[in-house]
Amino acid sequence: MASQSIEIKNLYKIFGPHGERYVDMVANGMTKTELNEKHSHVLGLQDINIHMPAGQIQVVMGLSGSGKSTLIRHINRLIDPTAGEVLYDGVDVCKMKKGALRQFRRHKTAMVFQKFALLPHRTVMENTVFGLEIQGVPAGECERRATRWLDRVGLTGFEDNYPNQLSGGMQQRVGLARALTNDADILLMDEAFSALDPLIRMDMQTVLLDIQKELQKTIVFITHDLDEALRLGDRIAILRDGAVVQQGTGQEIVLNPADEYISSFVKEVNRGRVVKVKTIMTPVASDAGSELISVNENVLLEKAAKTMTDSNQQNALVVDASGNTVGQLDIHDVIAAMVTPVEHEGAEEEASAEAA
Amino acid sequence: MSWYNEFPHMPIDDLRALKKGIDAGFKGFTREYGETIELIFEPVKQFMILAEDFMLDTPWPIILLLISGLVWLGSRNWKIVLGTVITLLLIGFFDMWEDTMKTVAMTFVATLLAIVIGIPIGILMSRSTLVERLVTPILDVMQTMPAFVYLIPVVMLLGIGKVPGLISVIIYAIPPIIRLTNLGIRLVDKDVLEAGDAFGASYWQRLRQIQMPLALPTIMAGINQTIMMALSMVVVASMIGVQGLGQPVLKAIANQYFTLGIFNGLAIVGIAIIFDRASQAYGKRLQKHSEVVHG
Repeated sequence: MASQSIEIKNLYKIFGPHGERYVDMVANGMTKTELNEKHSHVLGLQDINIHMPAGQIQVVMGLSGSGKSTLIRHINRLIDPTAGEVLYDGVDVCKMKKGALRQFRRHKTAMVFQKFALLPHRTVMENTVFGLEIQGVPAGECERRATRWLDRVGLTGFEDNYPNQLSGGMQQRVGLARALTNDADILLMDEAFSALDPLIRMDMQTVLLDIQKELQKTIVFITHDLDEALRLGDRIAILRDGAVVQQGTGQEIVLNPADEYISSFVKEVNRGRVVKVKTIMTPVASDAGSELISVNENVLLEKAAKTMTDSNQQNALVVDASGNTVGQLDIHDVIAAMVTPVEHEGAEEEASAEAA
Repeated sequence: MSWYNEFPHMPIDDLRALKKGIDAGFKGFTREYGETIELIFEPVKQFMILAEDFMLDTPWPIILLLISGLVWLGSRNWKIVLGTVITLLLIGFFDMWEDTMKTVAMTFVATLLAIVIGIPIGILMSRSTLVERLVTPILDVMQTMPAFVYLIPVVMLLGIGKVPGLISVIIYAIPPIIRLTNLGIRLVDKDVLEAGDAFGASYWQRLRQIQMPLALPTIMAGINQTIMMALSMVVVASMIGVQGLGQPVLKAIANQYFTLGIFNGLAIVGIAIIFDRASQAYGKRLQKHSEVVHG
């Protein structure tokens, strides 16, 4: 069955013995600090509403303590919510009975963890088949399926090693292979690449994107790194203090940050790698010659700029997937859109002046 | 001011009546149920006899080979095997072979039963904090109560012989395996357990595939302690008729036979070292996956 979307509705999580008593108060505007001081309960999540699209990567981003790891654990109910619903294929995960939940976890979800969480006493192969073994798949079949995924993540030849003998990057490849071997609809990735070196992280992101092209699973990816979020996320939700402050595509968030908090996040972002050509194209002028080069509307600015400068063109036509011309592009607009807005630099100068 | 100089205690007559009452009660219980209890322990007795007969009836070279072979299987270490052979040859040479075999049989059966009883209790303790709170004080009592004291009711119930001896050895030796099973399971990495849950592991799958294997090194340490304590209890248990190396020691104490005492004492030390080294080396081999760490 193809992957479905995940619908999170009015989800609240309040940690403490009587969390349910305070849901209404929080809904009526009680803050995290107030709740902690007056009732010594900790607000984990408040009023989360996210539609996670089927077969795409939903990134949930936030700093530590923002509740992002708590949120992802509600999708396979490793954490029980205080109020709200998590719907998958029309079924509320939060209302499932024990047995149904176990079946849901076995067949519909697979998870990759920040600290890998491999079984140290098992070899790479034995770790990879773990999910299937839990499902009760016969050993031969397990190994056949695991071999394929170990190969896909580049671990052929390491089947008999123990996790301790591998580097962090390779251990997480095992974690990824273990999750993929499960062949579940939903892939939950909890800061899966955060513990890795930057270069290896890039590498793993590439592996994930390649695999996703082929599989089109519903992936929920947690990260605290905006660059990672923008690179991987078809949609991004930004969490702060347990609440969603903004959600949308990467481009929407970079171009229209909802508040100061998000602006401060996105100011360092390389826009050339986020903004698409169609965002800044202008209507086709009547005199546009057909000798102009054409670029796809979904190409990122950086790539368009390179294509245009390589062929020494000032202008280019923008075409959609089926080849129809939908607009045109001026190299000046492209460059202007790629650099960070001027007001922002001014703000930075002010800040450095204040610091001095 | 007499209450100030001397602790005001219960009137002597009342105290005597109390002790007599409890004794009478227990004696009544013994008379009533002694035979039933003896019957319950009959299989254990048969097993014990079987083990002892095997150790005594098998010709000594075969036993020597068997023990050395087991030590090799456990430790994969020639030095330990060599030490085992030399120790056993010396024991035989000084005419303590038979007593040693009886002691080994007793230790083997006691350890086996301690494992069979202790590990499930340890697992239950690790599952529920309530059980842990209930069992811990009982273990404390078992470990601190002088062994001679609980010999009394055991002997009253079952008389003198192998089974009461075995029971007292197990009472004395079982706490470490219970405690360390509990500890080992509680120390299992929470992240790995969460991964098990996330993949939909059932309670048994979690226990069998994650908790037990990861707790095994700690449990092995518990088994090792249990073996050591069972061996050290052998002398005390000889007071209630357990045969083996303890009896000559007891005789040596009573008659001030210094050499007899030290020979048999050293024999106990010898087999203790063999068991210890072999079981520790085995425990270490179980952890071979954690040895090679990526630099």
